[in-house]
Amino acid sequence: MLGEYATARWPDVFRETRRAQDEVNRLLAGLRLSQSADFPPVNIWAGGEGATVMAQVPGVNPDELDITVHQDTLTLSGKRDPEQPAPDAIVHRQERPLGPFTRTIVLPFRVDADKVSARFDRGLLTLDLPRPEADKPHHIKVARA
Amino acid sequence: MTDRLAATGSASAENVSDGAIAVPLTDIYESNDNVLMLLDMPGADPDSLDITLEKQLLTVAARVASSAPQGYTLVHAEYQDANYQRAFTVPDQIDSERIDATFKDGVLRLTLPKTKPSPAKKIAVKAA
Repeated sequence: MLGEYATARWPDVFRETRRAQDEVNRLLAGLRLSQSADFPPVNIWAGGEGATVMAQVPGVNPDELDITVHQDTLTLSGKRDPEQPAPDAIVHRQERPLGPFTRTIVLPFRVDADKVSARFDRGLLTLDLPRPEADKPHHIKVARA
Repeated sequence: MTDRLAATGSASAENVSDGAIAVPLTDIYESNDNVLMLLDMPGADPDSLDITLEKQLLTVAARVASSAPQGYTLVHAEYQDANYQRAFTVPDQIDSERIDATFKDGVLRLTLPKTKPSPAKKIAVKAA
């Protein structure tokens, strides 16, 4: 936004501020607002055919993932077992969310629960949720009168 | 950034490429024998994993392939497809030859064994 003010005539006076913004963004990139409600972080993609939900669930056994789909709601549950360090270990950092988790995601439309597929690769869970045939958008042709 | 500050003691260097950086969440446990580090790096390409220990600076980096499905629009995003990078200052009793790294299901597990501390040497003073 600040870059819009730089034109050919005026010098880019906001360059230092933009750099400071980038640094702060990078600093804050790793923080989470609230641990329990936000794990696992998800990205949702949607289109006419259906939706794709990707969740970051590193270190989770895919067999222990509980995925339920009902109309337009998707529920994801599982647990991340904490590491059992040696009894004399000192904990320098503990940032990873651990323990059981549950997330309910409301999708922008209903999906066909029978056709949902899921795959787990390198800690990333990808869910393909196609829409029922009747719900898919239909193109309407305009006829000249 | 603070990790890098602690290591170099000067202003941080800019990246050549201007991409966003994802900081992997890390658990660090130190016991008598080793330091155990667990880093969450879901979606990282295992072939691109770069772990370097130089002097006391341990840098972990990995590239993430873009996973956007074709033909869809992103409607809700809680994480970015950004490359991972984080640097740590490690204590000097780490045996760098025997560092063990395993990457499974998006979690990087680093075991840094400690060297036996060298016994303190007593220095004799010669009478002048």
